[in-house]
Amino acid sequence: MSRILSYGEAINEAIYQSMEDDNKIIVMGQGVNDPNTVLGTTKGLEQKFPGRCIDTPIAEDGMTGVAIGTALAGFKVIHTHIRMDFVLLCMNQIINMAAKMEYMYGGEVNVPIVIKSMIGKSWGQGPQHSQGLYSLFINIPGLRVVAPTTPYDAKGAMIAAIAHKGPVLFIEHRHLHYQKGFVPEKRYGIVPELRKLKEGSDVTLIGVSQMVVECFRAAKILEENGIKAEVIDPIYLSPLDYNNIYKSVKKTKKVIVVDCDWFASSVGADIISSLHESGLDFRSFKMGFAHTTCPTAPSLEKEFYPTAEKIAKEAFFMFEENLDKFKNVDIIREEIEYKGPF
Amino acid sequence: MEKNDRELIRRLYKKLYLIRKTEEEIARVYPTDKIKSPIHLSIGQESVSVGVCDNLKKDDVVFGTYRGHAMYLAKGGDLNKLIAELYGKETGCCKGRGGSMHIIDKEAGVMGTSAIVGTTIPIAVGYAQALKLQGSNSIVVVFFGDGAMDEGVVHESMNYAGVKKLPILFVLEDNQYAIFNHTYYRQFFESVRMADNHVWAAEQISHDIFEVYHKAKALIEYVRKSCTPAFLQVDTFRLKEHVGPEDYDYPDIKDRDEFKRILKNDQVKFIRRKVKNPKEIESIIDKKIKKAFKFAEKSEEPDWRDLERFSYE
Repeated sequence: MSRILSYGEAINEAIYQSMEDDNKIIVMGQGVNDPNTVLGTTKGLEQKFPGRCIDTPIAEDGMTGVAIGTALAGFKVIHTHIRMDFVLLCMNQIINMAAKMEYMYGGEVNVPIVIKSMIGKSWGQGPQHSQGLYSLFINIPGLRVVAPTTPYDAKGAMIAAIAHKGPVLFIEHRHLHYQKGFVPEKRYGIVPELRKLKEGSDVTLIGVSQMVVECFRAAKILEENGIKAEVIDPIYLSPLDYNNIYKSVKKTKKVIVVDCDWFASSVGADIISSLHESGLDFRSFKMGFAHTTCPTAPSLEKEFYPTAEKIAKEAFFMFEENLDKFKNVDIIREEIEYKGPF
Repeated sequence: MEKNDRELIRRLYKKLYLIRKTEEEIARVYPTDKIKSPIHLSIGQESVSVGVCDNLKKDDVVFGTYRGHAMYLAKGGDLNKLIAELYGKETGCCKGRGGSMHIIDKEAGVMGTSAIVGTTIPIAVGYAQALKLQGSNSIVVVFFGDGAMDEGVVHESMNYAGVKKLPILFVLEDNQYAIFNHTYYRQFFESVRMADNHVWAAEQISHDIFEVYHKAKALIEYVRKSCTPAFLQVDTFRLKEHVGPEDYDYPDIKDRDEFKRILKNDQVKFIRRKVKNPKEIESIIDKKIKKAFKFAEKSEEPDWRDLERFSYE
């Protein structure tokens, strides 16, 4: 039972298996049939299902409308974008139409589309090729937002997203595609429940997308400092598993949320304000991208992102304000520095 | 006149009169505040929807704009449900959730209208893509105004339909005005020539009901047979304000004789003169309309506890 796939392969398998089971599923997007196959996620689809994996012109607004219209006529459409930054061109169709059609037409129609895109950093992507932006979508009623971190969750979340009646924003992180993990061969979906990656009693660390990995590394550093951190991956950002987050913070009384996005009006802001409303007495801290445009020069870029060390330091500070006592640990990074293709 | 012509004229007049009278009744009721959303009336432009939709089959679908009552009724949308929707009642076509600008009647093939200019056009193209994938013989017609021609997404949509060869007819109801702004100040291009570069056939006609009927017939047959997109520009005129029930007398048309000529070109009145015994048709339709407004008045409003129905993540 140790079937290992990469995150990208897991998503590809989810789409492939779903398309095999239901011939009303199609894929659309720029570059779906080119040699890169969107970091492997659309590999083999056009060959196995000819005519169902459609390469599109560079017209994101129009193509999102086309995806919605095709879904309206009884298909399920997976619309893929190479970057989340491009999804900004689709906002009118996503927010004014896809999110609202079922409601404003009194339930007469539904829009089963999955809008999948890639977020996050890699070497020098710079201002317009590195944004998170999912925080904009968690605000909108009618949109489901999911950001899996492990290959197991990536496959399950994609199968569930395709099966979902309404529109889903499916968020992948560029650094995760070659990360490997255990993925069953069978078809399975995962529901909107968080995943606890590490049990702990002292502080809750909640990460979004690749930041879950940073939180996990931070937990290892904190262990060396005598602090037992609980690491949570919410997976679904909308709907968010508030109940189980509450249970964790009720136990630890300390929470740090690390967004893979700017932290204003983010998942962190959402979680922390909800915890306050529930009457819990706790200490909190929001982390995310620095509140600036993302720079390209490496000396600046490394200041922009949260890292395991920064997260561990913030958690440590909640226990001991004298940071000289903080013991930093060299975590072996198996991260692949992604330098392309883009 | 041949028997065919007479039948055609009666059929067209029935639809034209239904739409004209319904819109006039909506305008009459509007100041009483019984209608709960902004209304954009099709008075003056009815011949476009009627002439086109009369050539469509039941399985063909249409998409439209917030000025969509004419299209909705011309395609066979339920009149009772339309008025109930305007009244904000649970029996409305969208259970009161949409109002005048967002209407739908799936059974009649009216697949939706939208308040934002241009938004239904790419969706209509997507629907046509689905029809082609299914190997269906049906087609899509999408109606939009000259305001939509300003939007980039319309060109993206037409181009996609052209390059992928999709069975869709784009119908531009050019009434020259986007609210108060004339096309002369907004468009450097000529719509029909621009469209000719995106799709496989493009024509421009006046809104004379027979011209619309016959040209639409030809283009619809072309789209269905060749499975390629076409474009029809119909030069028409809106007789009311952009939004609301009031007449608008277009002060920017300096030549008042020109304006009088436009008013004289009212297609509903034009066809009426050709119908034998129009009052017979009219009395039946008047009754239908009266019944629809009564139905709307008597219907229940949506229950306040149902606010979150149809809303989920």
